[in-house]
Amino acid sequence: MKSTLKKAGYSKVQKQVHDVFLQFTSKVIFFIIILFAFKLFFAGHYTPGGGFVGGLLAAAAIILLLIAFDQKTVEKMLPIDFRILIATGLVLAAGLPTLSFLFGTPFFTHQHTYITVPVFGEVALHSAVIFDVGVFLTVAGTALLIIKLIAEEDD
Amino acid sequence: MTLIHLAILLPVIAAVFIGTLYRYYRRIHLGWFVLPVPLLIVIYLFTLIPRAMNGQVIHETMQFMPRIGMNFDVYIDGLGLLFAILISGIGALVVLYSIGYLSEKENLGNFYVFLLMFMTAMLGIVLNDNVIMLYLFWELTSISSFLLIAFWYTRDRSLYGALKSMIITMFGGFLMLGGFITLYLITGTFSIRGMIEALPQIQESPLAPFAIVLILFGAFTKSAQFPFYIWLPDAMEAPTPVSAYLHSATMVKAGIYLVARFTPLFAFSNLWVWTILIVGLFTMAWASFNAIKKDDLKAILAFSTVSQLGLIMSLLGLGALSLATGANDELFTVAVVAAVFHTINHATFKGALFMITGIIDHETGTRSMKRLGGLLTIMPVSFTLTVITALSMAGLPPFNGFLSKELFLEAMITVLKADFGAMASTDFLIPLVAVIGSIFTFIYSILIIYGIFLGKRTHDTPKEPHDPPVLMLISPAILSLLVIIFGLFPNVLSATIIDPAAMGIMDSAEPLGTHLAMWHGFANPALWATVAVVIIGSVMFYFRDRWMFIYNYHKEAFTLNFLYDQGLLYSRIGSEKVTDGYMTGYIRNYLVYIFGFFIVMGIITLMNSGFNMDFSGFAPVGIQEVIISLIILIATAVILITRSRMVSIIMLGSIGFSMALFFVFFRAPDLALTQLAIETVTTALFLVCFYHLPKKSRHEERMRFKFTNFIVSAGVGILVILFGISAFSGRVFEPISEFHIENVYELAAGGNMVNVILVDFRGFDTLFETLVFGIAGIGIYTLMKLKLTRKDEDNEEHSEESRV
Repeated sequence: MKSTLKKAGYSKVQKQVHDVFLQFTSKVIFFIIILFAFKLFFAGHYTPGGGFVGGLLAAAAIILLLIAFDQKTVEKMLPIDFRILIATGLVLAAGLPTLSFLFGTPFFTHQHTYITVPVFGEVALHSAVIFDVGVFLTVAGTALLIIKLIAEEDD
Repeated sequence: MTLIHLAILLPVIAAVFIGTLYRYYRRIHLGWFVLPVPLLIVIYLFTLIPRAMNGQVIHETMQFMPRIGMNFDVYIDGLGLLFAILISGIGALVVLYSIGYLSEKENLGNFYVFLLMFMTAMLGIVLNDNVIMLYLFWELTSISSFLLIAFWYTRDRSLYGALKSMIITMFGGFLMLGGFITLYLITGTFSIRGMIEALPQIQESPLAPFAIVLILFGAFTKSAQFPFYIWLPDAMEAPTPVSAYLHSATMVKAGIYLVARFTPLFAFSNLWVWTILIVGLFTMAWASFNAIKKDDLKAILAFSTVSQLGLIMSLLGLGALSLATGANDELFTVAVVAAVFHTINHATFKGALFMITGIIDHETGTRSMKRLGGLLTIMPVSFTLTVITALSMAGLPPFNGFLSKELFLEAMITVLKADFGAMASTDFLIPLVAVIGSIFTFIYSILIIYGIFLGKRTHDTPKEPHDPPVLMLISPAILSLLVIIFGLFPNVLSATIIDPAAMGIMDSAEPLGTHLAMWHGFANPALWATVAVVIIGSVMFYFRDRWMFIYNYHKEAFTLNFLYDQGLLYSRIGSEKVTDGYMTGYIRNYLVYIFGFFIVMGIITLMNSGFNMDFSGFAPVGIQEVIISLIILIATAVILITRSRMVSIIMLGSIGFSMALFFVFFRAPDLALTQLAIETVTTALFLVCFYHLPKKSRHEERMRFKFTNFIVSAGVGILVILFGISAFSGRVFEPISEFHIENVYELAAGGNMVNVILVDFRGFDTLFETLVFGIAGIGIYTLMKLKLTRKDEDNEEHSEESRV
């Protein structure tokens, strides 16, 4: 990412190769962003948020790491194959609507129920969550895959 | 979801596990794990026979997309059951055979996954009542057939054959979909049963001939009728188990099934019956005539399959013909029974013949008739099986082919007695063509036996031949045994399978009480026809060197294959020219097309719907909106004049974030959040993308003023503003949001309407957007990786050049 900036004509970037401030803060902020992404994702059914935004934010958190560190370090930190993320996401998103056949309902009929959990009280269980996980994973995986691929050309 | 739905979907479900298993466990041949699937299905289907015998039907609905009438309606009558048993039964034998045929070095995972996919698709076709679902499965068979033909995808002939079969069958399938939709327009239902109930409407409708022609295109392309048969010989590049299964026993019979299924619906129409009868008969004679000159054993069998399919097709046409004209009810019954019986027989003897061909190919290393010969003493078991099945194909007693062939000849000769009005003077042609076709069938059947096993030993084969392992012989032996059993005791089948299937075709509930027998007495004209066929065929076979020269008159330039190749070539050249005309490779040109089209459509829309301007409902403009608008304007201007790419990226970002602020002020938190996230990610994307641009800065040359660009950009801006105002001012219909607000908690247990719309109310949109997103990601991955490897190749070439 940094050499990207450099080659785009910004010689000053070179001085920031080991930007300790950026690296340290990004490590902290990464967790804040990713937690916020999960919060948005789970809260999506009742307050603003959802799978798409959550996925994008999670991707943004990892992109921050990519900016602060180089690719190899990030790959060591998060050994995730983004292609598998996409595949898992697509399987979930397409598989869940198919599962509704098992209940004898038309394609893409969601089920939901309420259960009582000790600490949280009444909690809604909704099959849409699984679908949304699929959206989340696909969106995050695709965004990261594209950026990683294009950035890889640096070498 | 009932047991029968599960039975249809079982192969596809199993395919998932089989594919996974193959990845991790390869010690045992994968085929053994696949084998139980078709076996289970066939056992289950056998338990349904008693119900079909009583004329009962099974009708189970699984709701799929009820709103548009697309449901998984399983409908099992005798006809569907017959085909389903053929599919799963032959499927089990083919899987067993393939265990011996395919070595463990091949990519077995692909093979069996495709095969199982095909099995589900085929079962789905024959056990379905909903035509849209039928079309879905129909295309799935084309796809799996394509994949299986191209199994050895490094061979050019395989790819050619696979592509050809897909182009032709999908062309027909697509037209068939048009036919189904036409039928829907007439009757208002996608259910075949519903259509049969609405028969009077179809008879009156002027659209009916249109539907008939389109549906026949589907049936004829799939069942390889003239002139579409050309894909089948090329499909023989597939592994032999596939040829035996898809391209002789099951998939090519889908067209037969379709015609049989729609017979009650269209039998009234002269167009339907005469087209089927004439095309079927001509295909039969033409293909059997052409089979003789082929050198490749599989090509002979391919043409023979085409010919036999034509035979069955013509029988169905004849059956419908007599129903249409009301000429002779008995004729109808005979023809339909013969069609059903021959479908079974053909699956048995042709399946076995293909498997034997595979054995010979496997053991000798060649399929060329010129190089084979005199294998009788070396491969006695294969010889015995070949004699049984080939003689059955030729129509000789005591095998099952004789019975159905005689029924066929009997039906064709009876045509002479019936009165078909205007056609009466030429009706002698029908039995004549049938007999000619049978003579050639007889000749090539004998040729197969003689050419491989008798005659002089050539010693020209790549491998030293010997009888194959027992594993490969089991399946053809079972089929040959069936050939004999069905030949000697045909009435095992008549009440259990043939009658229910014929009842399904005729749409009647009364048992037919068919009795099949070898001997009908000397008065039976079919007997004399058979005798004539045998005598003339033997004579012609003996003197074959004297008349084979006639094939030389059939020049390459007049074949359908030539037409297909040329058509494909020229359509490709033509489309290349057209595409090159507008695909310049510059994104600015594409944007002009896209936005230009948008302007044209926008102006048309505005002219049609009229323009409303009503400012009364507008809220007052606050100071924050003015500020944000100014920021956006300034940022846009900066992008235009700046020389630095970094600045333009930052300015683009600031426009995006200002938009997000707008959403915040207008109380759309979901949109604001999404906009923010997207802005962040795209800014990073721009950063990495800009690296790939040429290193010189922008505006090194002064850009000239371009009038087209000006018109397009101004037009888009003005139109968007007009649309916005117009849409706000005049509501054409009630907004749907009321429904969502009312039901968001009741139906979906959600609090955030936007998200509930995304995942539930309009989940289909999200589902497909997600799919598109994923496909785009994988596509970009492929493109980038492809480019990388190409670069490597180029580098290697360059380095080689430099070395030279």
